[in-house]
Amino acid sequence: MWNYLKEIWLGTYSLMVGMWITLRLTFHRPVTVQYPYQTLKLPARFRGHVQLPLDANGKPKCVACMACARACPSNCITMEGHKPEGATRRELSKYTLDFTTCSLCGLCVESCNFDALEFSKDYNLASLDKGDYVMDLLKPAGKEQPK
Amino acid sequence: MIPQEIIWEVVRLTLYVVGLIAFAAFNAAYLSLAERKVPALFQLRYGPKEVGPYGLLQPVADGLKLMSKQLLVQDGTDVFLFKLAPVMVIVPAVMCLAVIPFSETVSARNISLGLLAVFSFSSVHVLGTMLGGWASYNKYASIAAARVVAQNIAYEIPLLLVVVALVMATHTCNLHEIVDQQAGAFWHWNVFRFQVSPLMPVSFLLFFICMLAEANRAPFDMYEAESELVAGAFTEYSGMGFGLFFIAEYANIVVGCSMATVLFLGGWHCPFGLLPGLHWFLIKLYVLCFCVIWVRWSFPRTQFYTLLNLSWKLLIPLAFINLVLTAVMLKIFG
Repeated sequence: MWNYLKEIWLGTYSLMVGMWITLRLTFHRPVTVQYPYQTLKLPARFRGHVQLPLDANGKPKCVACMACARACPSNCITMEGHKPEGATRRELSKYTLDFTTCSLCGLCVESCNFDALEFSKDYNLASLDKGDYVMDLLKPAGKEQPK
Repeated sequence: MIPQEIIWEVVRLTLYVVGLIAFAAFNAAYLSLAERKVPALFQLRYGPKEVGPYGLLQPVADGLKLMSKQLLVQDGTDVFLFKLAPVMVIVPAVMCLAVIPFSETVSARNISLGLLAVFSFSSVHVLGTMLGGWASYNKYASIAAARVVAQNIAYEIPLLLVVVALVMATHTCNLHEIVDQQAGAFWHWNVFRFQVSPLMPVSFLLFFICMLAEANRAPFDMYEAESELVAGAFTEYSGMGFGLFFIAEYANIVVGCSMATVLFLGGWHCPFGLLPGLHWFLIKLYVLCFCVIWVRWSFPRTQFYTLLNLSWKLLIPLAFINLVLTAVMLKIFG
């Protein structure tokens, strides 16, 4: 008999606790982000595909040392460099990233001694065409760059 | 020659029935929107908001989708019963609405046994659901049909015991008279009639719980139980066949909440004795509907044994105690 009453009391109490929780949360602001209209700020260490940051003159800092291409375990970086007449360092003439094989391991960024490679914040990468993922990183800010 | 009054009465009743069906459908539409907006509040999200301002046209879109779908009947189905079941579920709900007094003047039919009429019609929808589940030729629907009968037998008893105690106190089955006895401020309501039985608030709670179970609402939605039985008795229904079940489910909630309002919460009377009328009835009705949704989204579904234990071990004894206490109190003080 005592257990029966105790069970009724505990049951009623737990039901009231449940209803109190839902009622309290009614007056809470929604926490969802309405994605296509609103976006969250990406975390500082977000890893998108790599990109070439520009120096003060608006040129890539890269000296075409090929360290990144050698460090890449999946060989997705293809690059060429040349040395213009009278220049003190080599310049990039071609830098292609095959994003279909890239695993975003970041070894290329780590291997770069000139801070010439960084992760981009671009995540809207869906496409119907496989060719879109072979990216020419030397192209001026276009489709691949975050908006 | 038919007398003029009879013709007018038939016209009046037809208009009322059309209006009540529209009321039931409107409630189904917008309670289903509330059913998505209110839990969104509880769960800190927005709910539907794309169709129309604040998602207010979402029920229209849902309704159009349901109406444009084909009514499929699969092999092995008992076609006659399969098509009869949704009608058998929706008709009693509208019949109940016809008897309920929404205000002093707004009620389709004021009959002296209104209370009895509501409770006899409201148990017919169980039969409809059972037939629908059984005729579907589907194992989930059959299990749902068995469950709905067991559950409704278990919960009809405490519901009616509570109502019997109430009828003993009010001496009438006429819903108009029951409401008129509660005229004035809120301490005249039947919930607070302690001179009749000190257990009146408890019996209101019993009535509300049994009403949830009768309307097959969560946490007692054993016959739909989407995580166990696909969609229970509605599994094989598509298009407006499902739509009718859906309207009937919400119509049953409206009937249940209306009965709770009429029997316990003073019907169309204002809690402070000012300006009685239809608006007070609707306010009470929708507050109770909110509570129904609130309960649904607060608690998980019960197990079937727990459900039956709750009825047979707790609600029925309590209802009996209430009945006996009411009888004794009426004998001594009445």
